[in-house]
Amino acid sequence: MLRALRSVIVRDLLLAVRRSSDVLTVLLFFVIVVSLFPLGIGPEPALLRTIAPGAIWVAALLASMLALQRVFAADHADGTLEQMLLGATPLGVVVAGKMLVHWLVTGLPLVLIAPVLALQFDLPQELLGVLTLSLALGTPVLGLIGAIGAALTLGLRGGGALLSLLVLPLYAPVLIMGAGATESAAVGLGGHAQLLLLGAFLVIAAAFAPWVAALALRISME
Amino acid sequence: MNWGTLENFLAMGGYATYVWGSYLVTLGVLIAELILLAQRRRRLLGELRARVGAEREVP
Amino acid sequence: MRVGFNWFKYSSPQTFFPLAGKVALAFGTVAVFACAFGLYIGFFVAPTDAQQGEAYRIIFIHVPAAWMSMFLYIVMAFWAGLGLAFNTRLSGMMASAIAPTGALFTFIALWTGSLWGKPTWGTWWVWDARLTSELILLFLYFGFMALQAAIDDPRRADKAGAVLALVGVVNIPIIYFSVKWWNTLHQGASVSFTKAPSMATTMFAGMIVMALGFWFYSIATALLRARCIMLERERTTDWAIQYAKGMA
Repeated sequence: MLRALRSVIVRDLLLAVRRSSDVLTVLLFFVIVVSLFPLGIGPEPALLRTIAPGAIWVAALLASMLALQRVFAADHADGTLEQMLLGATPLGVVVAGKMLVHWLVTGLPLVLIAPVLALQFDLPQELLGVLTLSLALGTPVLGLIGAIGAALTLGLRGGGALLSLLVLPLYAPVLIMGAGATESAAVGLGGHAQLLLLGAFLVIAAAFAPWVAALALRISME
Repeated sequence: MNWGTLENFLAMGGYATYVWGSYLVTLGVLIAELILLAQRRRRLLGELRARVGAEREVP
Repeated sequence: MRVGFNWFKYSSPQTFFPLAGKVALAFGTVAVFACAFGLYIGFFVAPTDAQQGEAYRIIFIHVPAAWMSMFLYIVMAFWAGLGLAFNTRLSGMMASAIAPTGALFTFIALWTGSLWGKPTWGTWWVWDARLTSELILLFLYFGFMALQAAIDDPRRADKAGAVLALVGVVNIPIIYFSVKWWNTLHQGASVSFTKAPSMATTMFAGMIVMALGFWFYSIATALLRARCIMLERERTTDWAIQYAKGMA
């Protein structure tokens, strides 16, 4: 089973590398959306410092959603997904592998570039660690939950918007805890509680989401 | 709770807009739901009867 | 060997259809009386509140509606889950029938919450834990209905909706507690609708009776809607066509 998992991961990574424009689009979207907030709210440093965690988190959330449709769409289009359904490897394992690659390719870049964007908002340096860690824990959760939505909406018209409607309410706790971690730390309370909760979300999501998404895939494909 | 006069009751201690705004919209929404259901049922029955009519035309 | 009452007889739309109609009528009638009684308690028995004056009387709709909105989501998820697990057609239809009523009560909770907030806290919207959770719940309902509307095949729609509803129902406590945390973090000693003004017994009684009224109304409406769904899905069957002819 581990070998099957590894081959899924390697294949998806190769595909992602070949379609690197997808990766870059998501990253650019993230950067642009973050830059829109000051344009909308005004350049006053104190205000920007306050909204920084929230703005960056919302942008990361939206950028994650952009990439979600592609998780299963390409394989669905060329028939590979059907093969996976019929194959010997448990579908949950395949989905878990795909989700891991999805995060490496779309989530991790966001995590890495977030501190730079936070500096644009003059977020104090001691808070950068909390922010980055919160995103590192949170973006996989977003991807895991999002994959369930992507599986449910596979092949439907109105795809992207429908997917957002399904998935955004479920994102709320992750957003609250994610942005809340840095906001707590900024006030001096420390972000440990929120980070621990995010960690818990991640563990639960990682344990359940691949199987739920696999079930959803079977439902969508019958 | 003794309101005394109808005017007192309708005025709701000055909060008439809020209290009656809540109650009337609620009533309206619930009645609208029932009306929409009735329309849906009428439409469906009509479609079913039309289907019977159409099938009878085919020899 | 005789086996008491055969429940499984009613798991087919054809037999459930007439039963649903009768049950809906019964519950609907009781609902009207319950709501009438509840409103009587709310307006003529419960006293004026010391702090909020007459504005607090909105509570007799707001709180029961909020209770219903959450209760109906759980019931919807239950039926959807049953349909997913046992592959019963009727369970999925019940879940789909409940959703719009649940969404409606969520809207009512939000609307009355807003109208209650304006005279009491000064703004048309208050980001307190209950209202914010209700807003997210409304999105969850809309998501469910939108997903089912987007899928043409009824079986896929039922199952996909079921997965979504179950994921939703598991998330609702998480969402509620996250929002509660968020609320206290940002407002400190926050004002909240959950701390009702010193609740006199009569006020509580009024809320309970209204809640019962709303509950019975929901049962009646959901059953009526389920009948419509049955007619739609079974439009090619004899019994449906016979029924339509009979109603001419």
